[in-house]
Amino acid sequence: MKYTFPLAAVIALVLIAWIGSNIPGMQYVFGVVIPYLAIGTFIIGFCYRVVQWAKSPVPFKIPTTCGQQYSLPWIKHDKLEAPSTTSQVAARMFLEIVLFRSLWRNTKAEVHEGPQLTYESSKWLWLFGILFHYSFLVIILRHMRLFLDPVPGFIQALEFGDGILQVGAPTMYLTDLTILIGLLLLFGRRLVNRQVNYISLANDYFPLFLIFAIAVTGILMRFFLRTDIDIVAIKRLAVGLATFQPAIMSDIGSIFYIHLFLVSVLLAYFPYSKLMHMGGVFLSPTRNMANDSRMRRHINPWNPDIKPHSYASYEDEFREFMVDAGIPVEKELPPKAEEE
Amino acid sequence: MPVFPWKKSCPQKLKKSKSARTIRRKDITMAVVSVDKLAKSVVQGPSLMTGSVPTKDWMDIPAVFKPGNFCYPAKKEKVEYMNSQPGLSFPNAREWWPEDDDWKLPENWKEIILNGLRERLDKFRSLKIFMDCCVRCGACADKCHFFLGTGDPKNMPVLRAELLRSVYRNDFTLAGKLLGKMAGAREMTIGVLKEWFMYSYQCTECRRCSVFCPYGIDTAEVTMMLRELLHLVGVGINWILEPASNSNRTGNHMGLQPHTFKDNAEFLVDDIENLTGVRVEPTFNRKGAEILFITPSADVFAEPGLYTAMGYLILFHHIGLDYTWSTYASEGGNFGLFTNNETMKKLNAKMYAEAKRLGVKYIIGGECGHMWRVLHQYMDTMNGPADFLEVPKSPITGTVFDNARSTRMIHISEFTADLIHHNKLNLDKSRNDHVVATWHDSCNTSRAMGLLEEPRYILDHVVNKWYEMPENCIREKTFCCGSGTGLNTDEIMEIRMRGGLPRANAVKYVHEKHGVNTLGCVCAIDRATLTSLMNYWVPEVSVCGLSELVGNAIVLEGENRQELDEGLRTLV
Repeated sequence: MKYTFPLAAVIALVLIAWIGSNIPGMQYVFGVVIPYLAIGTFIIGFCYRVVQWAKSPVPFKIPTTCGQQYSLPWIKHDKLEAPSTTSQVAARMFLEIVLFRSLWRNTKAEVHEGPQLTYESSKWLWLFGILFHYSFLVIILRHMRLFLDPVPGFIQALEFGDGILQVGAPTMYLTDLTILIGLLLLFGRRLVNRQVNYISLANDYFPLFLIFAIAVTGILMRFFLRTDIDIVAIKRLAVGLATFQPAIMSDIGSIFYIHLFLVSVLLAYFPYSKLMHMGGVFLSPTRNMANDSRMRRHINPWNPDIKPHSYASYEDEFREFMVDAGIPVEKELPPKAEEE
Repeated sequence: MPVFPWKKSCPQKLKKSKSARTIRRKDITMAVVSVDKLAKSVVQGPSLMTGSVPTKDWMDIPAVFKPGNFCYPAKKEKVEYMNSQPGLSFPNAREWWPEDDDWKLPENWKEIILNGLRERLDKFRSLKIFMDCCVRCGACADKCHFFLGTGDPKNMPVLRAELLRSVYRNDFTLAGKLLGKMAGAREMTIGVLKEWFMYSYQCTECRRCSVFCPYGIDTAEVTMMLRELLHLVGVGINWILEPASNSNRTGNHMGLQPHTFKDNAEFLVDDIENLTGVRVEPTFNRKGAEILFITPSADVFAEPGLYTAMGYLILFHHIGLDYTWSTYASEGGNFGLFTNNETMKKLNAKMYAEAKRLGVKYIIGGECGHMWRVLHQYMDTMNGPADFLEVPKSPITGTVFDNARSTRMIHISEFTADLIHHNKLNLDKSRNDHVVATWHDSCNTSRAMGLLEEPRYILDHVVNKWYEMPENCIREKTFCCGSGTGLNTDEIMEIRMRGGLPRANAVKYVHEKHGVNTLGCVCAIDRATLTSLMNYWVPEVSVCGLSELVGNAIVLEGENRQELDEGLRTLV
């Protein structure tokens, strides 16, 4: 099974952090050294990948048009699906990145007796994707409160909104729930949908398990294993990390180190994995280019110098036939040699 | 289809032909499976579409070649000819055969492939991004017409790309180097190369998958790269390289020499005179004409394209257009697009060269799908700037085609729609009353151009009755004919009929619901391949180009038109 190894790997990571953080003196490694290494790897790796992408030119303008082109003035141009200006492209990219426009289009094909093929709208993947990504985003933003002093108003507002149901004490966050649901649904999809199941690789399961473990350890820390969690110490550590004056003031429970270690692994893993789709989506030439290739010449920096098979050699080969057929030629036939 | 071991019960066992190895080109008689049998196989056969799942991982299932599932390799002399042309490289010409174990690859084939891949990663950002970004969400999986018709897992666009991606990971990424198969990496082997050959020629670069992909990953780009890489080791198919070499030498893929091209067009002139009593007078290679007209050469060569060409001739005569055909640039289609970008550029370059030599103001292009992909997305970049031409302006209506202000080439549908909008055509719709039409959006004009409304506007004005196919298979979601990108060759007829099934199925739906008898399109490959497809799946429906319907409806000045029950197709 392709998910056994990733599952084992995530369990191993948890154990490493649990055991490791209980070894005296290792708290500094797990609380400071590894997070710094991870963040460094993330930033350098992410930039490296983007630079690597950017180093390759875009030789041709190849947007995928999903609507009516800009043409005659009385024909309604679909500005979002076949954008012809930069601002229209920006709008298209906004829809794609923020609202997952393309997944919204998704259909499910089925074959019935006949044969008869049907393509019904299927928005589940869109929904699961939205659920997961937005929960994750809100959770990351919420965590900024640990690094910032004073905590900005919009983060407080976000927290308030996220806890609006006011269930439990401390208040349950909606996104803690929805990220788990989203991850479970995305995982379930990989198990149940036979096509997706067949194409899934170990490196598709690993990030799902890893992020799931991060969310679970976070929830455990907040709601269930609170006793040995000193939130003040954590905040000090976080602010210390952010200001390059890291210090571990007092004992913090293992669950915190496990959580932090898994986050570190995620950060370090990110640039070398499919998670780079976060950066790649901005650079995809089929989405981020304008459908204006007949209006503005796009330059290919390595455009090879290739000439067509010339008209002159074409005419040389077929001149006689052309003259016979009354097709105009550049060079007349040589006068026929006098027959003797 | 390859032989897959399936998990669930397998009603028809796929047997491997014992004598397969000994069969050669001339021995193969292409008996196409009966429509009933194929219909049954599509619904009940063991496939990922019908609910079965292979027991083995896709990496462990080799591509098995047998008669009917591969296109014939390019003839040695065609490869040699292409290789001899300045600017092109088609090395390692040889005789070889897909069913043989030994493909007679050059000794350092692996090095050639990996270096070729490295070079392309450095030249095409699209390739890098598409290799790195896929999350295998599966949105593309059931969008490919070849997957829908075959249920073959490797026809899911995501797996087609993984065929290359797995090699990319192995040799070009850290994760792949460290974790190997665990990270989805695998070594480049002869088996992988054979798989590339099989599946890059079961993709028509139609881009339907890229519409649904959340990152816009375009399998057409992947297929193009695979085909480019395969050409580096002398692996290509004849149905593409022979037309490409013809286009280079004679100006058109049919290999029509100048006098024959003109003769063919003049046959059509005679036919028009017989039908309408009006003699149209096209010119060829005429200097000083205002407009150069270029269309796929199939339009002057074979039915039903011939009727489309008659449509052009009637239309241009009707409005008194000052235009010329060219025998040198007598091919709109570009078989280079199906081989490598250098060949595409070389073949395309004739258009501007000829426009310059003849001194025309701009170019009008006929009906063709992939031709328009090249003209719209590649031509100006490759062979521009076209500063010797003028921004297209209709001499009849005065409309300036701002959308083509740089390339200076417009689509016949843009031109015709503008004429109709300005009431410049004398149209009698009732002349198409024998037609109940539906509209097929060609892959490239819809997904690589956005030409959706112009043809519909024209249809509205030339036919009384036409109906759309269901919404998830038209416009940007349109289905390919199943035989594009040089795959319309007879030796893979079953694969073509399977790949075309989604299109045919939608046509059948409107045929049964509305009595549709005509499938309109703006693509020369469609006109050829949809005809075979309709004959197979929906024999009641015939295929026509849009300009044929326009030509049918035009009331010519001074005409002496007979009762034409079938428009331009009427035999008199």
